[in-house]
Amino acid sequence: MDLRFTPEENAFRQEVRGFFRDNLDPALRAKLVAGHHFSKQELVDWTRVLNAKGWGVPHWPVEHGGTGWTPVQQYIFLEELQAFPAPAPLAFGVNMVGPVIYTFGSEEQKTHFLPRIANMDDWWCQGFSEPGSGSDLASLKTKAVREGDHYVVNGQKTWTTLAQHADWIFCLVRTDPAAKKQEGISFLLIDMKTPGITVRPIQTIDGGVEVNEVFFDDVRVPVGNLVGQENKGWDYAKFLLGNERTNIARVGVSKERLRRIRELAAIERIGEEPMIRNPRFREKLAAVEVELKALEMTQLRVVAAERTREKGKPDPASSVLKIKGSEIQQMTTELLLDVVGPYALPYAPEPDADAHLSNEPPIGPDWASSVAPTYFNWRKVSIYGGSNEIQRQIIAKAILGL
Amino acid sequence: MDFDLSDEQRLLKESVDRLVADRYDFESRNRFRSEPDGFSREIWAQFAELGLLAVPFAEEHGGIGGGPVETMIVAEAFGRGLVVEPYLSTVILGGGLLRHGGSEAQKAEILPAVAAGETTLAFAQVERGSRYDLFDVATTARQDGEGWILNGEKGVVLHGDSADRLLVTARTGGSRRDRHGIGLFLVDAKAPGISRRGYPTQDGMRAAEISFDNVRVGPDGVLGDPGGALLVVERVADEAIAALCAESLGIMDRMRDLTVEYIKTRKQFGVAIGSFQALQHRAADMVVAIEQARSMTYFATMMAGEDNAAERASAIAAAKVQIGRSGRFVGQQAVQLHGGVGVTMEYSIGHYFKRMTMIDTAFGDADHHLSRLAEGGGLFKAA
Ligand SMILES: Cc1cc2nc3c(=O)[nH]c(=O)nc-3n(C[C@H](O)[C@H](O)[C@H](O)COP(=O)(O)OP(=O)(O)OC[C@H]3O[C@@H](n4cnc5c(N)ncnc54)[C@H](O)[C@@H]3O)c2cc1C
Repeated sequence: MDLRFTPEENAFRQEVRGFFRDNLDPALRAKLVAGHHFSKQELVDWTRVLNAKGWGVPHWPVEHGGTGWTPVQQYIFLEELQAFPAPAPLAFGVNMVGPVIYTFGSEEQKTHFLPRIANMDDWWCQGFSEPGSGSDLASLKTKAVREGDHYVVNGQKTWTTLAQHADWIFCLVRTDPAAKKQEGISFLLIDMKTPGITVRPIQTIDGGVEVNEVFFDDVRVPVGNLVGQENKGWDYAKFLLGNERTNIARVGVSKERLRRIRELAAIERIGEEPMIRNPRFREKLAAVEVELKALEMTQLRVVAAERTREKGKPDPASSVLKIKGSEIQQMTTELLLDVVGPYALPYAPEPDADAHLSNEPPIGPDWASSVAPTYFNWRKVSIYGGSNEIQRQIIAKAILGL
Repeated sequence: MDFDLSDEQRLLKESVDRLVADRYDFESRNRFRSEPDGFSREIWAQFAELGLLAVPFAEEHGGIGGGPVETMIVAEAFGRGLVVEPYLSTVILGGGLLRHGGSEAQKAEILPAVAAGETTLAFAQVERGSRYDLFDVATTARQDGEGWILNGEKGVVLHGDSADRLLVTARTGGSRRDRHGIGLFLVDAKAPGISRRGYPTQDGMRAAEISFDNVRVGPDGVLGDPGGALLVVERVADEAIAALCAESLGIMDRMRDLTVEYIKTRKQFGVAIGSFQALQHRAADMVVAIEQARSMTYFATMMAGEDNAAERASAIAAAKVQIGRSGRFVGQQAVQLHGGVGVTMEYSIGHYFKRMTMIDTAFGDADHHLSRLAEGGGLFKAA
């Protein structure tokens, strides 16, 4: 047992960090640091920079554009990306539908979609949840009826993240209403420009618009867009959700946040002293750091075990990562509330990501306006990706056999 | 020991509860917020008509002579409705400062107009560097003949953009963090030299950054001792915290009701999610947290009028800690149990959650008051 990174791995880390330093627009990095949103185009451009370097989809199989890195290298890359911070490539493409396509899709699907995902020629969104089917996803009702060489889709999806930008949506649809609920579901790829699709925004409590309802009214989808076999969609969805949960720990994101909190707490004062000298505050901060270090080690254990695990089978420990990862992210948003104090209160609608900076001076410290909205918005991380209650249920059943 | 309300208090409670129930549903609130001042002048007039704006004032000033219990009753109801009108800033803060610190002439001039709903007030106290310390004042008041000249910047002044009059803390002597040398001034919000930058707040209300550039205040504009206003400010802040505790209680009760209602009706896996023991226990923990908060709200209410400043301060600090902790827990659980809809603007639960969060940052968060309490020797001292 030697838990240190090898010299090669450390050198790799430096290489990755150097690349980000040389290639990421500092203005975009500043937006991320400030907790502001970036535009669609900024993400597309950045993804293409990564892809040109050959790092667009590092974790994919080499024949589809992956790097062949070891799991530890994959981890280092992701951590550096999050901690730099640099924008993460859109998960719906590279982490969700991409792996489903290269694992279960047809040759045509692989050839057509995979390079486009890696280069962000298509923006993907995830059409799983429905108003009546959240935690109980398998009860979904959106139906697809085969008519010749098309499926006709009717129904509604909801919570569809960034569907307003999307070119494509991957959906779970019911193709066999008579079967047991998990057994009548199929996985369809749908072009968002198909007639009959309507997107309606849902405003979140921080004032942002990142989720949507998507309505399907007699939407005709070519049968060639079915992934794998009809009525086997639930298996593919489980595979996908397992991948989603390992990425959800976001150790690097929390590291970056904690570093920033330390920085800001050295500037903000409580009385005569910088906040970071206040014993109550700095012990709270240190306590979260302890939690994060433990999570990082847990994450590395999961990464190390990947070498020996049966391929494509997610580790049940990913539920541990999801629960702790989301809780720690939420704790960091609370620490920032502590730091900002009374200047959490002003509400300044975020300028459009594409708009020029306004010349109105900020109200209070220039980093204050995103603090409360981020705290509010981050309540989502214990709700989505399989809520933390559902994760506990998985641990109780799959790990403990209760 | 008597936790019961008197007959008059019960009547007050019935009338304010009814007003909130009848006039203050979620949609109405959204409408009120979008009015020019960020609240409804019509509702404000109704508050006046019902005597709610007169609650803490003496009868000779157009008031009804109520005490902390009456204020608690009103604030709790306002919490349930998430009322956005400037009650705290006008009646509790501005009115309180005048009540405790104003001359007879000042009270007679302003309090009847406040009670009648004709004048609104705001308390310009926080500064960019003061954080939660009431004595940390950099804004200056320089004596000029009989009067004073104010210079400085105040921030997050609740309802400061629409208020008719401002009560301003400013330093007449000493250095920035001295307890002595703080004066309290009453100025017309439109006086020359005052500029106000109003903005919406995270919890659906309004506030302002206000700068004072050689603002002249006449001799009749100073409240009490120009170098010794801190005691009045602290007393009024304690009363405001007691009112915020009561408002929080209304908010938490409502969050519990909304959540219980939701988990009874929302179905997943073919059953109401409220049938899952994991969620039942979470809801039960919410109840425990709320009952602790209720008790401390009563304690704060009982102690808000205490003349021994040290005892009052520890009691109020303790209550604010409890409210902060309970409020954080109850708010987070309420959102969590709602699932995705909990983080949307369309559902009211998120708006309660936001107001609850912001109350923690008003007049000191839980950590601030925990330190205060600990430094003061705690609650249970050796006999
Ligand atoms: C910001 C955001 C973005 C999202 N993005 C997407 C997206 O892009 N695509 C997509 O398809 N979906 C997305 N989702 C949907 C997300 O996956 C669901 O919100 C989630 O599955 C929970 O479902 P629900 O909201 O219907 O809550 P419900 O399932 O109704 O749950 C309500 C509460 O009950 C609890 N609960 C439910 N069942 C049990 C049980 N058996 N035992 C104990 N407790 C239980 C839950 O934990 C929760 O606390 C997003 C959600 C949010 C908030």
